Amino acid sequence: MKLSIEEVEHIATLSRLELSTEEKSAFASQLSSVLEYVDKLAAVDTSDIEPMAHSLPVRNVFREDEATACGDTVRDALLKNFPERQNDLLKVKAVFS
Amino acid sequence: MPGMTLTEVGAAFDEGALTARELTEKCLTVARQNADTTHAYVTLTEDEAFTAADAADERIKRRSRLSILDGVPVAVKDNMLVAGIRATAGSHIITNYVAPYDATIVSRLKAAGAVLVGKTNMDEFAMGSSTETSCHGPTRNPWNTEKIPGGSSGGAAVAVAEGSAIVSLGSDTGGSIRQPAAMCGVVGLKPTYGRVSRYGLMAMASSLDQIGPFARTAEDAARVLSVIEGRDPMDSTSVDLEPSWKVPLRFPSSLKGLRVGLPKEYFVSGMDSDVERAVRDAVAALENLGAEIKEVTLPHAEYALAVYYVLMPSEVSSNLSRFDGIRFGTRVAGASLEETYRKSRGTGFGKEVRRRIMLGTYALSSGYYDAYYLKALKVRRLISNDFAQAFTEVDVIATPTSPSVAWNIGEKFDDPLAMYLSDIYTVSVNVAGLPAVSVPCGFSNGLPVGLQLIGRHFDEKTILGTAHAYEHAAGLREQLSSPTSIK
Repeated sequence: MKLSIEEVEHIATLSRLELSTEEKSAFASQLSSVLEYVDKLAAVDTSDIEPMAHSLPVRNVFREDEATACGDTVRDALLKNFPERQNDLLKVKAVFS
Repeated sequence: MPGMTLTEVGAAFDEGALTARELTEKCLTVARQNADTTHAYVTLTEDEAFTAADAADERIKRRSRLSILDGVPVAVKDNMLVAGIRATAGSHIITNYVAPYDATIVSRLKAAGAVLVGKTNMDEFAMGSSTETSCHGPTRNPWNTEKIPGGSSGGAAVAVAEGSAIVSLGSDTGGSIRQPAAMCGVVGLKPTYGRVSRYGLMAMASSLDQIGPFARTAEDAARVLSVIEGRDPMDSTSVDLEPSWKVPLRFPSSLKGLRVGLPKEYFVSGMDSDVERAVRDAVAALENLGAEIKEVTLPHAEYALAVYYVLMPSEVSSNLSRFDGIRFGTRVAGASLEETYRKSRGTGFGKEVRRRIMLGTYALSSGYYDAYYLKALKVRRLISNDFAQAFTEVDVIATPTSPSVAWNIGEKFDDPLAMYLSDIYTVSVNVAGLPAVSVPCGFSNGLPVGLQLIGRHFDEKTILGTAHAYEHAAGLREQLSSPTSIK
């Protein structure tokens, strides 16, 4: 599978990643070589094989649907990590324009 | 003092020959001395370390140590959270991120009295096999500082090898504990998936990630495992351990009755001849200790790396979507919200991280999902079945940890596929969720070689016991205790 520059640009858009022009062409050939390598999977007969998402048979781990407070120290630490804030509010660009 | 085991540290504490403060000072001195050469650490936590060491010394005086780790300097990979301490995971996008809470393994270390000396360098978000993709610059191998230390947990492996920590913790998604352990001449354990809580570990590939220890000996690795393991309500994939899964305090030195399998698919080509010789000698040593050696077959082994390089990037692309410059990390403002995402992620992530996010996005995108992601999940089942079949015939599977010893810094940096191929013997273990340990088994051109021992789910006891018996028979400890390239 050989990726074109246009395909790399499309994947970058889906991934929300900005790439420079040089990166686009380097990525096109580097990603293509990895995709060519993984294409060997097509040779494996997987008819009647159940996909395996997880290595352990752990299913449906539930807890009570109750909120647990994190405490002021953790809360303050979280707020301090905001890139931009106004008092205790997180400042962001307008989502709807 | 560097190079001591947990038993030796404990004995020195008990005799009054050493205090936790002295040992901590010594480890921090080694870390500072080597900061410009090996560069194992990105953050040293000196104040917190001395406070913890003094508290431990009080308990040592009263002969009431909390655990075998009480007063012991421990280093932790920088993708695990320690409350109040910077956690960068080697990435520009979170260089100023301060952890709001402790990872579960960190609270368990603290409760055991361990002294956290610092956060160790790593490939950016654990993506790499050489610790070169860190935004803090590369870590270097203490056996030869022109060489990579392996990765992604290179700093944590170097910390133990150089003696700036007695033990350390890394994370392993496709070999990131075992491969640097092999390349730095220390023991590295990847526990069974689900044995150790991942809460507070920055997720890379959630179905593959597992935290585990680096140590000088298999016995020390077992002791650290005993402190950090066990179910955690904060990680729904962690499990309650059955009593028979526990690792013992002492391991036997004979391997009588043990069946060791050599996968015929692994001993074919692509392996350095020195590595092959060291591994075959180690297998002969296991036989001398009473083990029965058998050939086993893992028919789908050749597809493991391809499965890994579909599943891992897919999970990465999903997990790393949280790094968008909104709630934490570096924000690069654009004209629109979407442009802010693109700029923050484009400048914040390094090349390897962006390559993997894009690979995963592609594999999961409409029209390609069945051919890549779903197909890889099916082949994953076949790989897992191969191991299950092999483990009906043997108790342990022995392989090289890495096909080569440490390579030159820069050598594979711009060739992702060549870098990925260095994980060929380790990734299948994560794909199947099995435990595996790397134990030093000799040298090639002055660089350490590692033997990988793979076990059944939750049978760390058997692989660590095998590693322990081997260590004693091999007698490499003296040679391994002083890496040649550092003070």
